[in-house]
Amino acid sequence: MNNSIVLPMIIPLITGILLVFFRSHIRLQRIVSVVSIVCTVAISVYILQLIQQEGILRLDFGGWLPPYGILFVADSFSMLLVLTTSIITGILLLYAFASIGVTHEKMFFYPFVFFLITGVNGSFLTGDLFNLFVCFEVMLLASYVLITLGGRKVQLVESIKYISINVLSSWFFLVAIAYLYGTIGTLNMAHLSVRIAEVGQGPLLTVISLIFLIVFSLKAGLLLYFWLPGSYSAPPTVVAALFGALLTKVGVYALFRTFTLIFYHEPGITHKLIGVMAIVTMVFGSVGAIAYQDVRQIVAYNVVIAVGFILVGLAVSTEAGFQGSIYYLVHDMIIKALLYLIAGTMIYLTGKTRIDEMSGLIRNYPLLGWLFFITLLSLAGIPPLSGFIGKVYMGQGTIEAGAFLLLAVAFLSSIFVLYSLLRIFLNSFWGETIINEDDDVPLKKGMLVPCVLLGILTFALGIGVEGIAVYVQDAAETLMNPQIYIEAVLYER
Amino acid sequence: MKINDVILQTVTKIVVFIILTFGVELFLSGHNNPGGGFIGGLVLSSAFVLLYLVYDIETVQKGIPFDFKKIAAIGVLLAVGSGTGSMLFGSEFLTHTFSEFTLPVFGATELGTVVLFEAGVALTVVGVVVTIILSISEDV
Repeated sequence: MNNSIVLPMIIPLITGILLVFFRSHIRLQRIVSVVSIVCTVAISVYILQLIQQEGILRLDFGGWLPPYGILFVADSFSMLLVLTTSIITGILLLYAFASIGVTHEKMFFYPFVFFLITGVNGSFLTGDLFNLFVCFEVMLLASYVLITLGGRKVQLVESIKYISINVLSSWFFLVAIAYLYGTIGTLNMAHLSVRIAEVGQGPLLTVISLIFLIVFSLKAGLLLYFWLPGSYSAPPTVVAALFGALLTKVGVYALFRTFTLIFYHEPGITHKLIGVMAIVTMVFGSVGAIAYQDVRQIVAYNVVIAVGFILVGLAVSTEAGFQGSIYYLVHDMIIKALLYLIAGTMIYLTGKTRIDEMSGLIRNYPLLGWLFFITLLSLAGIPPLSGFIGKVYMGQGTIEAGAFLLLAVAFLSSIFVLYSLLRIFLNSFWGETIINEDDDVPLKKGMLVPCVLLGILTFALGIGVEGIAVYVQDAAETLMNPQIYIEAVLYER
Repeated sequence: MKINDVILQTVTKIVVFIILTFGVELFLSGHNNPGGGFIGGLVLSSAFVLLYLVYDIETVQKGIPFDFKKIAAIGVLLAVGSGTGSMLFGSEFLTHTFSEFTLPVFGATELGTVVLFEAGVALTVVGVVVTIILSISEDV
């Protein structure tokens, strides 16, 4: 029993509730948000440390022992993601202070950001499949509010698509859970794993696992990403950054959890299918990323490519592959937040969205230009930035597994990422400036500082990779050996 | 349009109290029988919705001057608070406890902290349902 592992979910939840009461006191809302997110980060670091000493931690709610009760399980994989989520949210909140506007702040913007984080952290930490569904719903409900808040026409159009696709996939999720409960008779993830290992993953269970694959692919944007570019370009910049950095990653996490812990007996079917889906995602994502002129679309397709890339690690299922995926997952959360912020800031500064209508931004805003250049290098995987190490391990993992097609497509997609962003850089940052001195929109410090912080973070993660290597190794080891997770959940007192 | 709804208003004045009583009854019976915070909350909020339908929004708000969004928030806070409270006593999150008390009128009564949780759920349901109905009615 360790009550601290529920805190990354409870602190944002209570903060969100408290902020509802402070509706009109914007300063107070901001202070409380910052304090609360700092606490969440600190506790996440503490738990991550504790896991290294004491192994996987679990908390049985209300003292009901597994498999009967609902529980939270914290292993290195989930805590790394919780920690990254909290840090990113903190930085994005800073950007929100400068950019979101009083009307949003008075219409419960901050509470819903915190409810979103509640759902995200809850999804990472839960050890029960139905609880995962509940946390998904908490996250999605908050995201429905955030995507529509503001009520511009484009937001309402896109939110209808976003809500209907998510309601549909949630329904599939529920059906899949019902099937699984009907077949196996439990929903505790570790218990599911034990029972499936006992009876063998027959055709019926494999079909159920494919329904889960469809559900999580819809949420993650793996192959079924058709809703993503539209929905993620509609809301305000900071909301888009939250979505792009965090929401798809929850789907990715769920895919990793289910296909390493529960359905890992038929890799010939499920993991091969994931590999094929990853390849198609990367190919179509690359096509999308170079096909559009709209900055927001290009950025959204970059999110799609990254999802495909991360899942290459799951498709090959080697320890190096998992390490690559985890490094890349953490890196991608940071860098996609940065990419969205810079793209949003560009649109804010020029009032245009197409890259061929912007030009010479680096002359007016040098720091922003160089930050974009760093983002570009980091995404392409140039050392010493954070994208490098993930790609190295991914390469190693695919070669070990002999999956050369995956390797080729994954690395080719990096070149397309590089090209698509270079196109933005060449078109919008270089060239003759279109903004003359008089109507030069000043770049707010509050907008620049979060970008710089994220830029520093990608440097820090690249250079200080030794620092998190221990945690990533532990996380990958747990993913490789589901037995460790099961031991911790079912047999330890 | 002005309609003559004297009968509806007169009936409502009595029926609302029946509904509210039934809601509380459902809420309390939830421990061992069908009922509980969610269902009790729904019935309670149906009483408020009936009031809003029969009288206009301004009249009801004069009588019940609460911000229902805040009621929902208080409810969630109560529910989460009753869960986190157990952490202060060194037991797991969401652990609930109960014990026997001898009360003046009721005699020996079993009181549990789970009532606080359920009360939170009921308040949340009331707050959310009334807020939804009011938001929809504002749009029309």
